Amino acid sequence: MTIDRLSGTVLLVLAGFIAFETRVLPLGTHKVPGPAYLPLLLASILGVLGILLIFVKAKSPPLRSLKWPEGLHAAAIVACCFFATFFIEVLGYRVTMLIVLGFLFGVVERMKIWWALGLTFALTFGSFWIFNNMLKVILPQGGLGI
Amino acid sequence: MAETIQNLMLGFSTAFSPGNFFYAIMGCLIGTMVGVLPGVGPLAGISLLLPSTFGLNPTAGLILLAGVFYGAMYGGSTTSILMRIPGEAASVMTCIDGYAMAQKGRAGPALAIAAIGSYIAGTASVIGLMFLAPPLARFALGFGPPEYFALLALGLLVLGYMTGGSMIKNLAMIILGLLFGMIGIDHMSGYFRFSYGIVALGDGIGVVPVAVGLFGIAEILATAGNPFRPDILKPKLKDLLPSRQEFRDSMFPIGRGTILGFLIGIIPGSAHIISTFMSYAVERRLSKHPEKFGKGAIEGVAGPESANNAASCGALVPMLALGVPTGPVPAVLLAALMIHGINPGPLFIKEQPTIFWGLIASMYLGNFVLLLLNLPLVGIFINFLRIPYRVLYPMILMFCVIGVYAVNTSFVDVGIMSFMGLLGYILRKFNFETAPVVLGVVLAPIIEMSLRQALAMSNGSYAIFYQRPVSAIFLVGALLMILLALKPLIRKGMDWKWREQLSKADENE
Repeated sequence: MTIDRLSGTVLLVLAGFIAFETRVLPLGTHKVPGPAYLPLLLASILGVLGILLIFVKAKSPPLRSLKWPEGLHAAAIVACCFFATFFIEVLGYRVTMLIVLGFLFGVVERMKIWWALGLTFALTFGSFWIFNNMLKVILPQGGLGI
Repeated sequence: MAETIQNLMLGFSTAFSPGNFFYAIMGCLIGTMVGVLPGVGPLAGISLLLPSTFGLNPTAGLILLAGVFYGAMYGGSTTSILMRIPGEAASVMTCIDGYAMAQKGRAGPALAIAAIGSYIAGTASVIGLMFLAPPLARFALGFGPPEYFALLALGLLVLGYMTGGSMIKNLAMIILGLLFGMIGIDHMSGYFRFSYGIVALGDGIGVVPVAVGLFGIAEILATAGNPFRPDILKPKLKDLLPSRQEFRDSMFPIGRGTILGFLIGIIPGSAHIISTFMSYAVERRLSKHPEKFGKGAIEGVAGPESANNAASCGALVPMLALGVPTGPVPAVLLAALMIHGINPGPLFIKEQPTIFWGLIASMYLGNFVLLLLNLPLVGIFINFLRIPYRVLYPMILMFCVIGVYAVNTSFVDVGIMSFMGLLGYILRKFNFETAPVVLGVVLAPIIEMSLRQALAMSNGSYAIFYQRPVSAIFLVGALLMILLALKPLIRKGMDWKWREQLSKADENE
């Protein structure tokens, strides 16, 4: 399996999924196209491109040539992003960022505890003060009002 | 001409108002920092600053963000010359000869020529923008839905062709972007599309979470785990002045880079990056001593640095005149205008002369400020590179969350950013370009509306697209792009057949 063959297959599956999802929307006619008209057209083109990628670009590197040396770091950062997504409004900006930055500095980067704590608190409260108080950008305070 | 000068005077009176002047300088300084720091490109910088412009008037907001854009072009050269690390992608070519000059003890002249070239190119291309955008906007006033659809289709195909890498992959990314742009309420029928019950998706996917995710977060994901210990060269500022010979050698490359960069900037695609590659290739070909390239030729710094600054101005021409962005950065600038309640398009210059001419005047001012500040402050800017990346990336992540959340005060946008970050990281691993996705998201509503209106106008006949001359010209251009993309495939096929025939002939003999 090559990188392009896998990419093409994923595009083909995605095109099929989009076409399937448009079934609940009116397609309309050529004269009055409905909300499903262009998505279906685009899904068809995406499918064709997927097929082309599978068959035309056969000389792409093999899938096993892909290396993920930064994978663990990346997984931790993605987890932090999704944590911020789900908790920023529940816990508030400052509590969420204290947890996220503390985790990244202290656990992922293994900084010395005082450095990690100092940076975490300084960045969290400093950024809140700059954006919320100075620039009047509204940041969430959460259920506790912190 | 008299009208242009009168308008420019209006622009200068706007740009020189204390508030706007301050924001122009701030934009340039922040842009330089953004350009210096690897991993924080102009796109992420502009996206993150966007919420802080909400409290400003639209003119000041646009002046600030445009300052970040062209300031980043200046800043990118500093790290390329001193550390062989391109601060942003458009500075890759400067690394080659800029760093070679620095190793020979000529870092000062390389930085000075990069700044002077950027200044000349920036100023000259603002003149181009000033004279080209208003007539282009007047011409575009005659465009109907078929012309707009054909223009956008051409733009997207040119983007797919010019972005580099596989055209098939680029087209797939454009379509993916268009499909993302169709999430939410269909404005013509009121149907919810692909929103899966999430009310916040009703307004669609914003360009800011997509851009920050695909460029900011994906960059962090790809680089955070890598050891990053730059070797920092310290330039001697007293040796900044280039010699007379270096000045003479740089003048023509600066001129050529300016023209080339401005023209390429107007074309959709990663113009500022492509322009530097083309400028470098042109200078090498025209040079009497091509063997010097790669070993510290000042032409290899002057040409590309001028080209990337000119291209960043050129990219603003279609954005301001037609409301059509040619790349992700103009797309975010366009989104900034829309957030401030301004509808970009051919009527923009006529209806908002203060913003347009204020921006033009601020660019003259900003380029001059950058020339004055950048060289003396190079020692300060370079210190930003001493911040270890393990400290820097959590900070960038924090700014990404703030920037994205603040646009709509919605956690859904932070989720979209996180998803786009992961998607961008995987796409990069699989050799897909992500810029077309951003442009697809921005253009999806316009392209869909134009297509449906055009079909309604023609009673469902696609012939309307080639029966109207302007639309037909755009479509011929689009067809040309497809043929150009197919050319290597056809040639490869012919070569294969030819080789087959040869081998059969050999066997027969």
